[in-house]
Amino acid sequence: MKPNRPPLPGQPAPRLQQHWDWRAAGNFICGGSGGGLVLFAGLAGLTGVEVRPQLAAGLALVALGLLCVWFEIGRPWRALNVFRHIRTSWMTREASVALALFGTGALALLTAHPAAQALAGLCGLAFVYAQARILAADKGIPAWRHARCAPLVLGTGLAEGAGLIVATLTGGLQLAAALVLVLALSARLLLWRRYLDGLRTDRAPAASVQAFDAIAPRLAMLGHVLPVGLALLALAANLAGLPGAWFALAAAGLLAVLVGWWFKYTLIRRAAFTQGIALKHHPVRGGKPAGVATATRLGNA
Amino acid sequence: MTRYVMSIDLRRCVGCQTCTAACKNANATPPGVQWRRVLDLETGEFPDVRRSFLPTACMHCAEPPCAEVCPTEATQKRRDGLVTIDYDVCIGCANCVMACPYEARSIVHEPRFAYGDQPIASEAIRFDPSRISVATKCSFCKERIDAAAASGRIPGRDPEVTPACVNSCISGAMVFGDIDDPDSAVSRLLAKTQHFHMHEELGTGPSVYYIWDHA
Repeated sequence: MKPNRPPLPGQPAPRLQQHWDWRAAGNFICGGSGGGLVLFAGLAGLTGVEVRPQLAAGLALVALGLLCVWFEIGRPWRALNVFRHIRTSWMTREASVALALFGTGALALLTAHPAAQALAGLCGLAFVYAQARILAADKGIPAWRHARCAPLVLGTGLAEGAGLIVATLTGGLQLAAALVLVLALSARLLLWRRYLDGLRTDRAPAASVQAFDAIAPRLAMLGHVLPVGLALLALAANLAGLPGAWFALAAAGLLAVLVGWWFKYTLIRRAAFTQGIALKHHPVRGGKPAGVATATRLGNA
Repeated sequence: MTRYVMSIDLRRCVGCQTCTAACKNANATPPGVQWRRVLDLETGEFPDVRRSFLPTACMHCAEPPCAEVCPTEATQKRRDGLVTIDYDVCIGCANCVMACPYEARSIVHEPRFAYGDQPIASEAIRFDPSRISVATKCSFCKERIDAAAASGRIPGRDPEVTPACVNSCISGAMVFGDIDDPDSAVSRLLAKTQHFHMHEELGTGPSVYYIWDHA
């Protein structure tokens, strides 16, 4: 990628979006983790273990994220208008899925029935998916609309859910969840690398790439290599009958979660640069020959 | 059918910003909000440097991404091509701001006035509280377009029903009209010139045509 030249005065280089602050980021952070946790709690519930605390925690996270958004929107007392456009708006679909999630979640908490818990888990998955599609539909932000962004947002939500379930389960199921966490983190790392490569290949705003490059080494180490190592170590310790496996798994899970939050905060607040302006052709005046403009994304050429 | 579009002849634009001022005057936008801007661009490398002026605003896209993502249906695509916002329905979530590739939308969360906290007389008269904390943008002066239907006058031909920026343009760079009418000025102009849409690779189908050369 060519180095990012500072734009000349008056040139409309890509700009960092200023309308979605930490509150919007909080919705993606809490919603992704909460939806992922509800999904894995629902799956764990099929084995008959008690997962209602995890379900309740997942629902609380989703609610906290939506509360953040409620504080963000300009006209919060009109918030119910959000349900008016389910035909094309993923924000409407997110809100609608949230209703289903809280309904099935309440049913699961009240009855502790595995089917109800699994249904709530599916709603949790749908909620994370809807959040990923919200970003994908935002064409004004190249880093969000990139085809590899939504899979990564979905993938990190699931990895965070796996991390939280690993950190809160005990016994043999925790070891099984640890394997799921290892798989989820491996998938997230792969999606992350593909996303970064895609941004470069498709000439996303250089500032977006720089924002991600600034966190990439620590994100890979702290959010993937270290927790996967801890999880494998815990599994080996458990097989060998050594103590400390639970603590290692809890640490691995929490690292997976925290680094997922770090990535999403960066995605929403630090790497969200606009498209910029494109001058496709210079105007042909006088006797000047026609020609294609040399800088189609000013400030990024 | 009718589909209103705007052509902007980049060969004629001199960057005087009269359209910007006319828009602010017609629409009473607050300080810091410009529904129409004229960008002053320098491109190329020394010594082959060129300067261009690029008027921008809402493109009133055929496939508006802002309307697609709007969760409230406050943003609508009208049958005549205008993309509108219902200020009484918008919740100010800014999803449309993120979806617009043209940076055409603004949200202001508190009243702003030109000289301090209190409005001057003209601002007090024209202040519209329904525009606070909701998305706003160029409307193609839709009140004028709507007035045309009642009066029988023709947008793009009759100044009373033509967007303020077009009326104000000192060089005749901006032309407005119905592209589905082959005899409209804008249709005839586009037929004999080369033009482009901004970011057309995104599939938004903008209604603003930038003319850069003759056919």
